[in-house]
Amino acid sequence: MELGTLRKIVLRFLFLPIAISMAPAASAQTFITVASTTSTEQSGLFRHILPRFKRKTGIEVRVVALGTGQALDMGRRGDADVVFVHAKSAEEKFVAEGHGVKRLPVMYNDFVLIGPKADPAKIAGSKDTLEALRRIRAAAAPFVSRGDRSGTHSAELALWKQAGIDPATNKGPWYRDTGQGMGPALNSASSMNAYILSDRGTWISFKNRGNLTILVAGDRRLFNQYGVILVNPAKHKHVKKEPGQAFIDWLVSPEGQKAIAEYSIGGERLFFPNAGQEGA
Amino acid sequence: MNDLTLAFGEAFALISGLDARLIEIVVLSLQVSVMAVAIAAIVGLPLGALFAVAHFRGRQAVIVLLNALMGLPPVVVGLSVYLLLSRAGPLGPLGILFTPTAMIIAQVILITPIIAALSRQSIEDAWHEYEEQLRSLGANRLRASVTLLWDTRFSLVTILLAGFGRAAAEVGAVMIVGGNIDGVTRVMTTAIALETSKGDLPLALGLGIILVGLVLTLNAAANLIKEAALRRYG
Amino acid sequence: MLPLVLNAVCYAVNGRAIIERVSVEIGAGPRTIILGPNGAGKSVLMRMCHGLLQPSAGKITWHGGNGNRRGRQSMVFQRPVMLRRSALANVVYGLKLAGFAARECNLRARDVLEAVGLERQADRPARTLSGGEQQRLALARAWALGPEVLFLDEPTANLDPGSTRDVESIIAAIHATGTKIIMSTHNLGQARRLGDEILFLSQGKLVERAPVDAFFKKPATVEAAAFLKEELPWN
Repeated sequence: MELGTLRKIVLRFLFLPIAISMAPAASAQTFITVASTTSTEQSGLFRHILPRFKRKTGIEVRVVALGTGQALDMGRRGDADVVFVHAKSAEEKFVAEGHGVKRLPVMYNDFVLIGPKADPAKIAGSKDTLEALRRIRAAAAPFVSRGDRSGTHSAELALWKQAGIDPATNKGPWYRDTGQGMGPALNSASSMNAYILSDRGTWISFKNRGNLTILVAGDRRLFNQYGVILVNPAKHKHVKKEPGQAFIDWLVSPEGQKAIAEYSIGGERLFFPNAGQEGA
Repeated sequence: MNDLTLAFGEAFALISGLDARLIEIVVLSLQVSVMAVAIAAIVGLPLGALFAVAHFRGRQAVIVLLNALMGLPPVVVGLSVYLLLSRAGPLGPLGILFTPTAMIIAQVILITPIIAALSRQSIEDAWHEYEEQLRSLGANRLRASVTLLWDTRFSLVTILLAGFGRAAAEVGAVMIVGGNIDGVTRVMTTAIALETSKGDLPLALGLGIILVGLVLTLNAAANLIKEAALRRYG
Repeated sequence: MLPLVLNAVCYAVNGRAIIERVSVEIGAGPRTIILGPNGAGKSVLMRMCHGLLQPSAGKITWHGGNGNRRGRQSMVFQRPVMLRRSALANVVYGLKLAGFAARECNLRARDVLEAVGLERQADRPARTLSGGEQQRLALARAWALGPEVLFLDEPTANLDPGSTRDVESIIAAIHATGTKIIMSTHNLGQARRLGDEILFLSQGKLVERAPVDAFFKKPATVEAAAFLKEELPWN
């Protein structure tokens, strides 16, 4: 190959990425970084509501989806402007530590207890989650846990505790601690024909169901509350305070709440807006 | 087998439909990895040439280290770069975490050892053939390494392709430093990871087929060029 | 640069002596042939004189010190090594290294290619040329530098008779332009055709030195006589 041709090809290919890489700095586009959870992103909610926010304010929202624990850690490091997760006690701790300004409730979705249609623990149709968990333990039926410090994982552990069972000491081959996100954990449960606690949103979008189906739902204990927090600009000077606050204000405003309520998959509503609700 | 058939169907549908999001993802993947290879080549090729012809104390140790670095786990690189670029880290004020730039940096770290180690081997083999003649003509080691870099250019193309393949295929580093942000830092591998975790296996597999197809095509094209040039230049 | 003086030069590898205490003074003028059986150490001796190898003991001095020997003495090897570029570019490469100006490089290169009969192959990739053509190209590359001394290490050992003849006539032409020729070979006929004086090497020692006619008619040493009778034991 001649040197001249080589040079031309190389230059053409190099300029493009350089331009793209520089774009975020060069463009006047405002953007904020929001740390949220994988289950929220995978539900598709953001693709539905963020364009509306952008149309109204011109602010681009970049969502980094991790487990709840990681998302809050991201806020602690100052790598996010806003944190939007579903683990109330962890969120309150976050604010108490001084990393967040204020926690505002936004919406809730619910968890569902999923299991094989054969249902060896006989929990189908029950409205008592704790009793269902006890029956699963008694039957030593396989149960998949996310084990990844996520909001779902915390909710699962809290429920076991309320049921009077400690999975750590009771760990047997029936309790499978996989350390995975919601989707992969459902995949595992599907292939093992195991019980699993999942958020409804991920379950509705999940396509690899195998023999699994919803067995227990509607119990108030299964409601999953979301909260949004602005990362404290006093602690992290570079946090985009105004656009971040604008996003939070929009989420809890009638317009934002309406957008959340309108999101559905297959006609089913996933999230129930409850900003301003006492004690949420 | 059913999933596999569905996957091919999905792949075909995506490609023929020229899905805008897919194109965006593919273009970004190429830009990140090509840029990473370019930078890694600028750093790695001269390093490889230098280590091939120079003699210094500890040369063997350096070569062993370089070869070992080829096996750097992407997720470790990703984590290290994340800690560097995080706001809480030393380079935080640059604000380049979760951008394509961060992804390029991580991939450069991953593939520079590959390019340096493999080119070192290739050029050292050539040096055995050329050394006497080049020294006889009065070339010092620096001049010789430049000459060898150009003379072994066809083998070096293969090495660059190996580097590109590694970059385009990895997910661990770009996931952590890029954040897989929709429309900003989502590349083919992270998109596949996302679809897999959503349980949408046919779509994930479909994307995978496209990725493999892309890398195959690039390799085939480069190979054709190389073969033709080799035939011409001997 | 001449005379080239070797003083008790030795070369040993891993305790094994390849060249043992060779002392000789090579002056300008006659074509010097280093003759000897395989394994006598001819190649090693040539490389030491050219500067590619350092003697383990003894001294090699050119007249007027070592100085910048670049381009003032060249070497042609048994196997030509060409770069992946055109024949012309290969010759230009050597000229550039020697410090010739760009335009002069091109002119000199074309001239010398014509002198060796390769002017029509100037733009062909050098590595696609035949063995004989590549060796002629190597000669051209060395000649273009205008060296005072040209070393040749068994330049026709791998060539067919036709190419050998071509190479020998080029060597004669180079000598005619005033370059000192120092060539090694184990081919008696070639030594006789091309040489003016013989340095006979046997098992690393310089055993005999004589004008070519005298050497072939009446060798002074036993080893030389045995070699000429081709009875020298291989070891």
